[in-house]
Amino acid sequence: MERMMGLVNLEHEHHLLNELAYFRNPASIPFGGRYRLIDFTLSNMVNSSIQEVAIFVRNKYRSLLDHIGTGENWELDRRNGGLFILPPDWNDPTDRSRGDLKFFHNNRDYFNRSNSKYVLISGSQFISNTDYKEALEQHIKEQADVTLITVREEELSNEHESNLRVECDYIHRVQALTNDKNNPEIFTGVYIINKDLLIELVDNCIAYHKDHFFHAAIMERLGDLRVFRFRQEGYHAFINSVESFYKHNMKLLQEDSYQQLFLNNHFVRTKISNNAPVKYGEKAEVVNTLVANGCKVNGCIEGSILFRGVQLHEGATVKNSIIMQRCTIGSGVHLENVILDKDVVVTTGQRIIGSKEKPYVVAKRQVI
Amino acid sequence: MLLAGGEGKRLGMLTKQGAKPAVPFGGKYRIIDFTLSNCTNSGIQTVGILTQYAPLELNKHIGNGKPWDMNHQHGGVSILPPYTGTKGGDWYSGTADAIYQNMNFIHQYEPEYVLIISGDHIYQMDYQQMLEQHKRTNADVTISVIEVPWAEAGRFGILHANDEQIIYEFEEKPKNPSSNLASMGIYIFNWKTLKKYLIEDANKPNSSRDFGKDIIPSMLNNQHRLYAFKFNGYWKDVGTIQSYWEANMDVLKDNNGYFSLHDRNWRIYTHDSNLPPHFIGTNGKAVNSYINSGSIIYGHIKNSIVFRNVSVQQGSYINQSIIHPNVKIGKDCVLDRVIVMENTTIPEGTIFRSDKEIEPFIINNEILNSMLAPAGGDV
Repeated sequence: MERMMGLVNLEHEHHLLNELAYFRNPASIPFGGRYRLIDFTLSNMVNSSIQEVAIFVRNKYRSLLDHIGTGENWELDRRNGGLFILPPDWNDPTDRSRGDLKFFHNNRDYFNRSNSKYVLISGSQFISNTDYKEALEQHIKEQADVTLITVREEELSNEHESNLRVECDYIHRVQALTNDKNNPEIFTGVYIINKDLLIELVDNCIAYHKDHFFHAAIMERLGDLRVFRFRQEGYHAFINSVESFYKHNMKLLQEDSYQQLFLNNHFVRTKISNNAPVKYGEKAEVVNTLVANGCKVNGCIEGSILFRGVQLHEGATVKNSIIMQRCTIGSGVHLENVILDKDVVVTTGQRIIGSKEKPYVVAKRQVI
Repeated sequence: MLLAGGEGKRLGMLTKQGAKPAVPFGGKYRIIDFTLSNCTNSGIQTVGILTQYAPLELNKHIGNGKPWDMNHQHGGVSILPPYTGTKGGDWYSGTADAIYQNMNFIHQYEPEYVLIISGDHIYQMDYQQMLEQHKRTNADVTISVIEVPWAEAGRFGILHANDEQIIYEFEEKPKNPSSNLASMGIYIFNWKTLKKYLIEDANKPNSSRDFGKDIIPSMLNNQHRLYAFKFNGYWKDVGTIQSYWEANMDVLKDNNGYFSLHDRNWRIYTHDSNLPPHFIGTNGKAVNSYINSGSIIYGHIKNSIVFRNVSVQQGSYINQSIIHPNVKIGKDCVLDRVIVMENTTIPEGTIFRSDKEIEPFIINNEILNSMLAPAGGDV
């Protein structure tokens, strides 16, 4: 098997995640009870036998660094390869690169040193549990320059609007990348590219003052390159707004989605924290809910997700809500269609009700 | 030095595959996690773990000691199985012999004091406080003690201590105990003194090479300074199926103030399976229970401990039971006061109840098959 290296490029991700991204890069937004968005990307890379992963990140990355650490939870704390968080700028007066090309330009060594022949590039907002080995096999077989990973979306909704659509010929060679809202073939933002070509295209983009690698090097040059499509099947989601965040969390309460995302394929890895199993008290009434370790539950929950270390006191009711790490919910509280970010304290007797379409979001560390 | 080589015969099927310290406990842990975490939390950085009986699972569990922050470049955790040298080798014939055979390991570190503990007790204790008393009293040995119910006193090493905590009498498992102050099997020795006694004991032909039976009594005889260290917290020797089950049920009462898996200041460390949060389905119910990650619950769980990756189908009712990892429980089962071992698949409609008066049943695939066969596959 040919070697592939990974690159998580967070530079040009669009998002409408409001409060959830006030204090953190969208890549480290909590998801699914104990994960962060980036876990899915990192796990997929590791599960595709990738042993070196670089991350391009420019701002609000404290929580991301805390989460990823040395990469040991993804087995990326290696003697050889491993995890690299690459800084965007150096004091180089001759540097005239812009946008994500600055990252590529200033961290050229990372790519040159590796003996991988291929690079898998991904963002963090596409969630799935996928092994990209098959895509790489197709990439090699077709002698492609670039292989774009796509999904076919039967139900198009708002969250897909910013995603590019892929038009192919009958042998899956990509003919056009468009904004055609009715095309269900969606580019996931994940692609495989030959490393030598990548470096060559980077130089070219910098020479022409480009500021967006994918747009300038691949999208605008489809005719010059052999670009193919690989369509992946199975459960997936795009998380780029509060609405899609809420919707797809709630989807995990259907056992089928839960199984597909977490249990059917590889493990989704995340930062391990040492929490006790969930303690249910005498007054606990819990249905249709995901509960992560470290929680203490003595109230009623329905159709919700509890992240690690949440305390729910007697007489509290939580419905269709997402409660992030270490929130405390006092007795007699009623929450419905609410997203509580980390460390929120809801004091005794409070009522908060959002709507299904627009859940009420409470930013981190508030006391209500 | 952590003694983890015991077979734990009285735990029956639970220890058929692996050593007692590796038996799952408390929804996520193995028994040895409690003592190992005590070491970490007490600031002990060098631990030798003496293994002998069926150590595979235990070895894998401990690994390089990472979950307990015991992966140090110097010290850290070392697994010490019996070995051969130029003069041959032998199995560990007793607790004292296990330490005797590993004197060279201890010499590497030249410690002033050695703490001897067993890997089969459930408790949260700061050994540093015990060491402070040991130093303050200028003792040769300090033995941690706890008051046990009189009825059970005969199972333990029983001792008498005066008001200054000086031990003046010690009896190992007496028939008619004259005190209910029991040794918890936790000793701090001055290494120089202990070394002398270990060598002496090794040369005694009739010794059973045991701390409780040989080393402590002969030190007492020779007028050494033996002190008791009183422990007031929760402590349980999970030596029998009944006490194993009780200790798990005690975990459910963990708001008793002195023992809690949720104590942020005295955390119990273990491996994490990195499984997703558990899922309680539409008709599921969980009351007064511990449930670990990756489990999918459609049934009714009450007063029970459920480990990782367990599935419980609709209509099933589980009460006062301990369900080990990867167990699949079909529809409409009733499990009352039982222990289900790892990887067991319980078919639809199975009913198991153990009465209050008897030890809880242990269920695994083997036992299930042998019971299902005479019934023609019907339950």
